Amino acid sequence: MSDLSISSFVRQELIPERPAPVKVTGFVGFLRARLFNSPTNILLTILGLLLLWVTIVPAVKFLLVDAVWSGTDRTACLAQNAGHPVGACWPFVQAKLGQFIYGFYPQAERWRVNLTFALAAILLLPLLIPRLPAKGLNAGLFFIAFPIVAFFLLRGGGLSGFGVNWVAHLLSGFADSIGDLGRKLARLGETTAVIGPLLQLLGNLAALLGTAASVLIWPLIWLEKQIQASSYPVWADFAATAMIVSVALFVLNGSIRTGWRALIVSLATFAGIGIVIAVMGLDRGGLPIVDSGLWGGLLVTLVVSVTGIVTSVPIGIALALGRRSTIPLIRFFSVGFIEVWRGVPLITVLFFATYMLPLFLPGNFKVDGLVRALIGIALFSGAYISEVVRGGLLAIPRGQSEAASAIGLSWWKTTALIVMPQALRHVIPGLVNSFIGLFKDTSLVSIVALFDLLGQIHASFADPVWATPTTLFTGFAFAGMIYFTFCFGMSRYSLFVENRLNAHRG
Amino acid sequence: MTTNPIVGITGLNKWYGDFHVLRDINIDVAKGERIVICGPSGSGKSTFIRCINALEEFQEGRIVVDGIELGPQLRRVDEVRREVGMVFQSFNLFPHLSVLENCTLAPIWVRNIPKKDAEAAAMKYLERVKIPHQANKYPAQLSGGQQQRVAIARALTMNPKVMLFDEPTSALDPEMVKEVLDTMVDLAHEGMTMLVVTHEMGFAREVADRVVFMDAGQIIETNTPANFFANPQHTRTKLFLSQILR
Repeated sequence: MSDLSISSFVRQELIPERPAPVKVTGFVGFLRARLFNSPTNILLTILGLLLLWVTIVPAVKFLLVDAVWSGTDRTACLAQNAGHPVGACWPFVQAKLGQFIYGFYPQAERWRVNLTFALAAILLLPLLIPRLPAKGLNAGLFFIAFPIVAFFLLRGGGLSGFGVNWVAHLLSGFADSIGDLGRKLARLGETTAVIGPLLQLLGNLAALLGTAASVLIWPLIWLEKQIQASSYPVWADFAATAMIVSVALFVLNGSIRTGWRALIVSLATFAGIGIVIAVMGLDRGGLPIVDSGLWGGLLVTLVVSVTGIVTSVPIGIALALGRRSTIPLIRFFSVGFIEVWRGVPLITVLFFATYMLPLFLPGNFKVDGLVRALIGIALFSGAYISEVVRGGLLAIPRGQSEAASAIGLSWWKTTALIVMPQALRHVIPGLVNSFIGLFKDTSLVSIVALFDLLGQIHASFADPVWATPTTLFTGFAFAGMIYFTFCFGMSRYSLFVENRLNAHRG
Repeated sequence: MTTNPIVGITGLNKWYGDFHVLRDINIDVAKGERIVICGPSGSGKSTFIRCINALEEFQEGRIVVDGIELGPQLRRVDEVRREVGMVFQSFNLFPHLSVLENCTLAPIWVRNIPKKDAEAAAMKYLERVKIPHQANKYPAQLSGGQQQRVAIARALTMNPKVMLFDEPTSALDPEMVKEVLDTMVDLAHEGMTMLVVTHEMGFAREVADRVVFMDAGQIIETNTPANFFANPQHTRTKLFLSQILR
């Protein structure tokens, strides 16, 4: 204890608050405090201004001042005709805009693409605005109903059957392949020396199993035959499926006591499906088929990126949880999956999906080229997303899941209600980072003969009608603006979501 | 007193790897009994009460809670957890849910109670811990003492028969210890069966029926609070008491 602390002090009046001196606030205060507060900062400010001058002035000059705004072919964008050095050649973009957006989608059918875009916007916007109600219904429509409708809108074609037909085909195919496998094994057993009898036994067992399965599903096959023989097979099948599923849901949810809600939801869903089938004429062959080889431009970019983003999140979450599972098989599978897909370049994945996969698949099993690319991209980005999600899971203290267990929540409920919501909030920046990366990576599909926006723009450079010195720069500037608009939009929206969801951090 | 125990523990042994952390714990807790467990840090007292609702697994022994037997296989863990509430040292409230949502989560998702009823019941418990007016705030906006009282309310919403407290006041500022202890005293007077790991000897004196002293993974001494503090038997107990009571 020194002498200083001995003298006692008691405050008589508390000091009132007073405003800060003027010079640290306001515009002048900002200039002084942030831009010109030291020699180094003065230098940096000047350098920064110079940099802006050097980049922005030429850009504005190229895109706006020297740009040519109207014309019908390349002559308008030549310096000798324009009378000044020519910047961007916007008539080129104008003339090619249809291609940039739709690719080679037939002119007469482009309304279908527009309608799909409109539907997507109508369903997505209310989903993004937190104040609007009925988020569950909205999400269901966007994530489940919309993709199906979009498929039939964009590609066209109709249905030849419904639930009963699909299930019957799937099951009978399954039973047949088991039986076939068994017979093959048995035949192999006859000609093999040592393990022959064993193979024969196994084969006969499998063949028996196949036969038993086909006997078991016989009522279903019979029902399917009756339905297909009727005058309106799709509608008959639809009615049968609706009835079977609704009754099953009703019974599973507690019949007369508590099953009414499930029944109503099921019937309403089927009514919605029925309306879609009727409106789109899916029972009468639907819209004319536009092969995905004709799709292109922004349409392909959006289809690939939206599908990739929407499907990679559930894949990523499942893999992240799998990687932390206590069950070794699941853990090893998840780790293996993640490492393989992350260890391979996306180009390789796309090449493999497009050119090599068909070699492995059985001959009668054909998958559309775009769908193959979509699956490849979804699995690829799923692996990346899973590591982002795992980062979020690591940030959740153990006490959270312990507390959830202590009040009786099961592992699934703990994960869905406590752990995952918090983990995903932590990793919004990382997730959006991945989404933006994915959005731009979609341009790689052009190497597997799919023409996305960038590929389409690139292809249009070859048109001699628009061959000018600045066509190339104009096209890329346009592509840059489109990509930037989408990515910047995602980035801003994610900041908004972050601020909203982190309100609880006080 | 131990004819019909609500919690019965016999021959409980637990190892962390090779480390024998709980050694042959035997104790019966009667309905409505308040037990304070104390001991130096690392003595296994937290591990012990965490075994009772199966947050820790154990290798040997048997725990029976209200007739539900919990062996080393932890087969009936869900049933036991529905009977036992727990309050943690670090509160462990769910930060992304409001206070009210913290208290309605388990009733809605475990007991399938309609949301309206669950909220009404939760408000009742929040009133009991004297913070109904904070119901719509998030945990981070509350003080430590308030958070711990919410945690107590959250545990109570499941109507547990037994409440476990794992050092409920150790993470609190001194000014806030009292409000939490008052809540616990109220709970004790209402007849709740409580197992409390704590160093608050005042609380032990006021409400405990028995004090259990643990060291090195075993129960060293068990006695009524009066005898425990006035007349400790074991040398280890005497040493411990001389260090914490000044």
